[in-house]
Formats: sequence, structure tokens, C-alpha cells
Amino acid sequence: MADIKIDKDRCKGCCLCVAECPRGNIRMAELLNDAGQPYAEIVDTDNCTGCALCCQMCPDLAIAIGPKKPAPDKAPGSV
Amino acid sequence: MEFERPTTLLETRTHYCPGCGHGIVHRLVAEVIDELGIRERTIGTAPVGCAVLLYDYFNCDIIECAHGRPPAVATGLKRVLPDRIVFTYQGDGDLAAIGTSETIHTANRGENITAIFVNNAVYGMTGGQMAPTTLLGQSTTTSPDGRGLNHEGPPLKVCELLASLDGVTYLERVAVSTAKDTIKARKAIRKAFVNQIEGKGYSLVEVLSMCPTDWKLSPQQGVDFVNHQMKKVFPLGVYKDRS
Amino acid sequence: MKILLKGNEVMCEAAIQAGCRFFAGYPITPQNEVPEYMSHRMPAVGGAFVQAESEIAAINMLFGASAAGARCMTSSSSPGISLKQEGISYITAAELPCVIANMQRGGPGLGNIRASQADYWQAVKGGGHGDYRLIVLGPSTLPELYTLTMNAFDYADHYRNPVLILGDGILGQMAEPVELTPYAPVVDLPEKDFVLDGCAGRKPRVIKTLYLRPALELVHRNELLQAKYDKISSELSLFEEIETADAELIVAAYGITARIAKGAVRTARRNGLKVGMIRPITLWPFPEEPFMRAARTAEKFLVVEMSNGQFIEDVKLATACRRPVEFLGKGGGWYPTPEAIFEKISTMCEKSLAD
Repeated sequence: MADIKIDKDRCKGCCLCVAECPRGNIRMAELLNDAGQPYAEIVDTDNCTGCALCCQMCPDLAIAIGPKKPAPDKAPGSV
Repeated sequence: MEFERPTTLLETRTHYCPGCGHGIVHRLVAEVIDELGIRERTIGTAPVGCAVLLYDYFNCDIIECAHGRPPAVATGLKRVLPDRIVFTYQGDGDLAAIGTSETIHTANRGENITAIFVNNAVYGMTGGQMAPTTLLGQSTTTSPDGRGLNHEGPPLKVCELLASLDGVTYLERVAVSTAKDTIKARKAIRKAFVNQIEGKGYSLVEVLSMCPTDWKLSPQQGVDFVNHQMKKVFPLGVYKDRS
Repeated sequence: MKILLKGNEVMCEAAIQAGCRFFAGYPITPQNEVPEYMSHRMPAVGGAFVQAESEIAAINMLFGASAAGARCMTSSSSPGISLKQEGISYITAAELPCVIANMQRGGPGLGNIRASQADYWQAVKGGGHGDYRLIVLGPSTLPELYTLTMNAFDYADHYRNPVLILGDGILGQMAEPVELTPYAPVVDLPEKDFVLDGCAGRKPRVIKTLYLRPALELVHRNELLQAKYDKISSELSLFEEIETADAELIVAAYGITARIAKGAVRTARRNGLKVGMIRPITLWPFPEEPFMRAARTAEKFLVVEMSNGQFIEDVKLATACRRPVEFLGKGGGWYPTPEAIFEKISTMCEKSLAD
């Protein structure tokens, strides 16, 4: 999983990320953001591989991906 | 992979329409400036057109120029400060219509600058008039029946045109209409800046970009227009590399 | 030691002496010696010379060079100066210093290559768009051209405004011995805190001329520019007066015409006619004071200029039309002779006696 975040107030709702995500993991939210525009949201954070293709296509730098988190089953101390 | 805002871009929300390619090109230029560590010695030129407010978004010195004149302004800057990094950011009207003369001669003099040429086949800021790069048959507010071969002539192909000039160092046409293209575009822009740092002369990267609003298309249809229409007329690739 | 140079070369050497280190220009007669001279002198002093692809490109190169902090210059002649007007408007709007020379030739259109003064309005009233002013200097001799060119760079830096040297084809082409005195600034030179040289150790700077929001920002910007122009008007007024104290007739002329007229004024005095002369050196700001003063004592004025009547309007304004102002001039490359001016003076003086 990746630490992916979409800043809904930067998003202008162009949907280019929705089309680009190879896992179909981004969709448009049902609400509008503070600017009155539709915005994208992550369907399932755990399903994101952090490939950042969405970021490559976002014209508004609304998507950020933090340092990769280890998957829960491979976390230190787990068996 | 991690993905964060480059420090060369300010946090300001841009005025660009949803799905406009300028935001992507801004990010690519800013990322390259960050990566090369040249922000504090870079001077950019803002064009007349949609990108005129470049200085509201870029965290480096910027001079706003008259329409089409950025290459001349950049020439003045670079000749006075040869150790600084000077880039122009220009649209198709700026670079290939009103500023064609400045573009050709600056390129041919081999001025050691980097030109970022955003080609979206339309005049965006003024509301969708025909650009020098508008495709044949493409309808605009000043070519309502579509651009015609006999009256308006075919679209101007900047990379092909400049490739004939011996003074030019590097020309590549890229796109920002798919993630893969965008990653390639970044590499080309990086090379265009590295050429300048290494004193190799004039580099221009033409970026095929989306203007869904003035194309009267949705953002997704805008991407499709670049991928299926523009790329046919403006093939991607390296047109010259003397670096 | 004096050396013999053509006017165009004198101007170049003065620019070099004053620290001009960027020149861009395009060939046009009668100022071709300027780019030719600069093409070898500029590199020799470590500066940059660019033969531009057009006058438009040249003035925009100055926009960049000035923003980068260099003392910079371009020159041309009338049709080329018309092309530069776009850039001049932007440079004044951005408040960047630079020096522009116009060695005027006959117009309108392609005109001819004889000397002319028909670009006066363009120079002092503005040839580009928007409310702006250029500081305009009208040298009359080559020693004065030398000095004023050096001063032009100082005024440009001091006021952060372009300065136009309004010469003409005769001034550019004639040769005269000139003492190449060393440069010394004539006004305070403020630190250039606008220079774009990369934002190391400071916040990024922007040079721009677009003011969209808020709606009245451009109004405010214009007010600031006008305040600067008012300041320049109150501080900068250069002129030469010859025997005006008791003059009944005042000849008004500038540039090379004033030099020709001076001979006629001397002849008139030798013939017992009470004639004086006022020669504005700054054409903008226009030196109104000597004209207002003369209008109180002199009976009439004669304007001589190498155009169909442009400079005469400023003379009428400066004298508030209190006295009759007669005109001797033609456009298209016509030159006045001292004899023709003296004849006109004589006629005007006889008419005064008859009245």
C-alpha cells in the first residue's frame, strides 16, 4: 500500500487521474469541494501500489504520495 | 514511489481550466529545476497567453514579456548573465505566430537558452481562435468551418522547421497526454536544461498539450484529441540532437 | 586631446565610456556606423553586441539586458524607431533603464535618408500605447552628443526610465573634433534592486507589466508612473538661451536646426535686429520656463524645425499662445539654411516696424 492523498481543494475534477489509474482505484466523489468543483477520491488506499501514474497526469498537483509503508503482513516483528 | 510538489512551484492554485496541460508542464519544468539544483540561478520568461501568470506559480525570478518576444528578452538576459539559466515558456501563438522571427533567429544564433513550447493548437487566453498549429479541419472561433488548406494553410510544424537550422542544438517533441508521455516529456525537458548548463546552445522542447475548454471537449476527450489527432500531425520524437 | 569622429561614432564611444555593456541593433541608414562601431568596441570592453533580426527584437533584447542589470543601448532611424515602439511601451511600464537613439530621417513611410525632425511627436508625446513618457534629449553638436549620451545613462538609471537621444541624419553623419572626456555620473545612481539575476539569498523577483486584479491596480500603477513623470518634469530642464534678455523676436529651434539657426541669429544681431534664441536640450521634459519668461518681453516667436510643424506646438503651449508664433519648416528631408532663416527673421522684424 502507498501513502496516497488527494487534496480535494486543489482538485478541479478533470478526471485524468481516474482514467490513468491502472487499478481503477480513483473515482469522483459524490460531493463538491470548497471551490464548488467535483473532486477525485481514492477508492481503497490499501489497493494503491504508489505507481504515481495519477500524479503524472494531474495538472493541479492535487495528488501526493508519501514514503512507501511496509505492507501489514511484512511489518517488522510479524511472522 | 514518493511524489511531492517541487519547491520551484509555489502552492498557489493555478487559474488553468480543468484538464489543461499547462499545470503538468509547469510541474515538469519545476521538477527539473529542483533536480538540477538551479532554482536560485534561474530566470524564466512568461509569455502572453494562458501562461502569462507564470510568476504566480514559479518560485524563481520571472520576467513577463511582450507577445512573441521572449526569445529576444532571453537573449538579452543570457548575454548579460551567461552563467545564469534562462528559459522561455511559450505557447503556440507566442512562439510560432507573432514571435516566429524571434524564435527562428534566437534558435539559429544558438543562444544558450532553453525553450519550452506548449502546443495546444489553439489560442487559449483569448477564447479559442485559430493558432498557427491548429489542425486542418479543426474548428475554432476564427476558423468556424475548420482550418482549410487553401485559405489558412496547414499547421506550422516548429520542430521540423527549426531542425533545418544549423545553429540549433536540441529539438524534441513530446506530449503530456498520457502518464508515459509525461515521464518522457520530463526527460526531454531535463536534457534541454542540462544542455544549457553544459553550454551546448539552443534547446527547444515542444509539448503537445490539452486545451479541452477551447476545443469544446471534456478533459478526457482532450487527452484523446492529443493522442489520436495531434500526434498524427505532430509526430513525437527527437528532431535534432547535436548535444 | 580631441579626435575626429562621426556623430554616430561619438555617441557609441560615449556609451562605452558610460559603462554601456550591451548593444542590440539593426542596420538602417543613416545610423549604420552605430552597430558597426559597437560590433568591435563592445566585445573589446567585455560587453555584448547582438545584430538583431529586427528592431522589435533589438528593443526586446534591451528589455532582457536591462532586467539583468546592464547599462544597455539600441539605436535606429525613424522607420526602425516606429518598430521599437511596442518594446518602448513595455520598458517604460516595467520601469527599466535603457538608452535609445533615433538618428531621424525623412518620412513618413520609407521616406528618404536625408535628415529630418519629423519624429518629434513620436518621441515626446509617445509613439507606443499607454500613458508613458520618455526622457528626450536633443543634442546640437558632437561634443554635446558625447556628453548627453553619457548623461542619458545616468538619467535612465536615476529615474528608471528609458532615455531617447533624438538626433538626425546630419548629426549622425557629420564629423567634428571631440574631446573624449572621462565619464562621471551627473546624478545619484540608486542601487538596482529590480535586477533578475537568480534568487540566491533573496525572494524571487518579478518584472511584469500586466495588472489585472484588483480592477483598479492598473489605475494605481499609472498614478505612480505619473508621479515619477511629474518629478522628472520638476527636476530636469535643460536649455540654451542666446541673447533673449532684450530680444523682440525669439527663434526657437532644437538639435541640428538650432545650430543652423544660431548663425542666422548672429547675422541678425550684426544687422541691429533684436533677436534671441531658445534651444531646448531636454525635449521632454520641455523647458517651459525660458519660453514663459520670454513671452513676457519678446513680441513674437519664430519656430524653425525640419518637419511640417510638430515642435511648434510645444512652443505655443509653453508661451500659452501669448505671442504670435511663426513657422519655418518642411518635412521630407528639407534643410533650412542660415540665409533662409535670416530672411524670415528680417521679414518678421520689418513687419513689426510696419505694425
